Amino acid sequence: MAERTVIPFGPQHPVLPEPVHLDLVIEDERVIEAIPQIGFIHRGLEKLVQKLDYQSFVSVTERICGICAFGHSLGYSETIEVLMGVEVPPRAEVLRVIWHELSRIHSHLLWLGLLADGFGFENLFMQCWRLRERVLGIFEQTTGGRVILNACNVGGVNRDISNEDLRGIVLILDAMRDEYQVLLKTFLKDRSVANRLRGIGILPKEKAREYGVVGPFARASGIAEDIRSFGYGGYGLLHAFEPILSEECDGYARCKVRAEEVLQSMDIVAELVEKIPDGALSAKVKGSPAAGSRAVSRLEQPRGECFYYAKGNGTKYLERFRIRTPSSDNLAGMVHTLQGCDLADVPMNILTIDPCVSCTER
Amino acid sequence: MSESVKSPWVLHYDASSCNGCDIEVLAALTPLYDVERFGIINTGNPKHADLFLITGSVNERQVPIIRQLYEQMLEPKIVIACGICACTGGVFKECYNTLGGVDVAIPVDVYAPGCAIRPETIIDAVVEGLGILEEKRRLLAAGSLEPAELPKQPSAADKPVRGETVAAAWQKAIANALQTAGQEEQ
Repeated sequence: MAERTVIPFGPQHPVLPEPVHLDLVIEDERVIEAIPQIGFIHRGLEKLVQKLDYQSFVSVTERICGICAFGHSLGYSETIEVLMGVEVPPRAEVLRVIWHELSRIHSHLLWLGLLADGFGFENLFMQCWRLRERVLGIFEQTTGGRVILNACNVGGVNRDISNEDLRGIVLILDAMRDEYQVLLKTFLKDRSVANRLRGIGILPKEKAREYGVVGPFARASGIAEDIRSFGYGGYGLLHAFEPILSEECDGYARCKVRAEEVLQSMDIVAELVEKIPDGALSAKVKGSPAAGSRAVSRLEQPRGECFYYAKGNGTKYLERFRIRTPSSDNLAGMVHTLQGCDLADVPMNILTIDPCVSCTER
Repeated sequence: MSESVKSPWVLHYDASSCNGCDIEVLAALTPLYDVERFGIINTGNPKHADLFLITGSVNERQVPIIRQLYEQMLEPKIVIACGICACTGGVFKECYNTLGGVDVAIPVDVYAPGCAIRPETIIDAVVEGLGILEEKRRLLAAGSLEPAELPKQPSAADKPVRGETVAAAWQKAIANALQTAGQEEQ
């Protein structure tokens, strides 16, 4: 009978870009239990709504997480727009979706790179990050920032992309697509990649429902849930939207879902550029949220469904702002996949969830 | 010029940043900026590292971890605070769980601002840090390198409150000092 040992994993670990701590209870090489500890990146950001007025707070929401930066400012702005009954001009809504989908491409390419780094495929890591720089180039041309964009505000967007530039973006994405197909082939067909991912971290469909996992993690377990399919905002202009699913439930499925979502996002951007209406960029927002008013909104972030709640108190400061981020939903599923896996597969299991710790802890 | 200055190895740690600066640190290592061609390699082992790139503001839970990493690194070593949060606390300075910049926990050699920090700024900061590293190496070889002192254990009570005037902050500090002096006399 093997003895049980506790191995501390993190907070500083080469495979983790962010600090999270796991106590791994192992028997020989097999993980019996994983106990996560969080709180290393907690800043107490939600409380800042009481110090900054609701319009300046957009810039703080962008800094919840540098990877889904634009998404958080979008989600916050949409919540305040519901709270105050602001009608967003159609061009602004489509521009928001274009930036948001570009962020998804950048986030998924970043993740694919980290995954390749995780299983020791250094070349693939570098190639993914090389492609990702093209998207950052688009961000820099259109907004001036590479990571924090500051393009979204309550009522609309504060920067325009001319129709000519939009067509230029589609050309850049088309050129990227060919190079990306080569990487995609490596991720999905290469034997060494499959060896590390197939059958690793299985989360069956019933378990995925039970733990309430969201985003690509849930879609890789066969749950057809994607907030984008409700057609909110600019997504309503799309002629069709089908979430990408996989029934394999393992690490390979999660890699496949995210890898194919990159192509899907490229299609969405190309279609919206064709259909973008002309018009104003921002609606005038006056006054303050009424006392006792509440609003919620949901958004599909690169990591899954994100839920926003805001409550007004009649002043320009909000009473309460709350986010439930996809990674905090997925943490329970991650702990489940870790049970019974080999110690050497722990980094793969953690990476395939794509945890975003700074979103989770704020 | 020593080997460590020709090919410095980097230890990167996220103190409590928003990921923005972290991905820019990694972006500096990947093809567009590609500092690996100068022999700068990212390592996970503090004992291997010459440069400590640290991003994000610091909270109480992180202080012992950052200090452990810093103390494990061997002399000569350089700490570079990457991004405005690591320099001063930045946009999160007034959050209840943020103590301030990295310099509340460990001594910092180079401050590199930006939100998020640009890879060019990181490269500039590293080049500046290498000058200091060479100086430290020379002092170490001569046997006269004084190890930098750690700042005193920070606590949330020392943080200035928003709206507090400078005079009031000073009065509070003087009162605290008098109180501790009184306790010592007893």
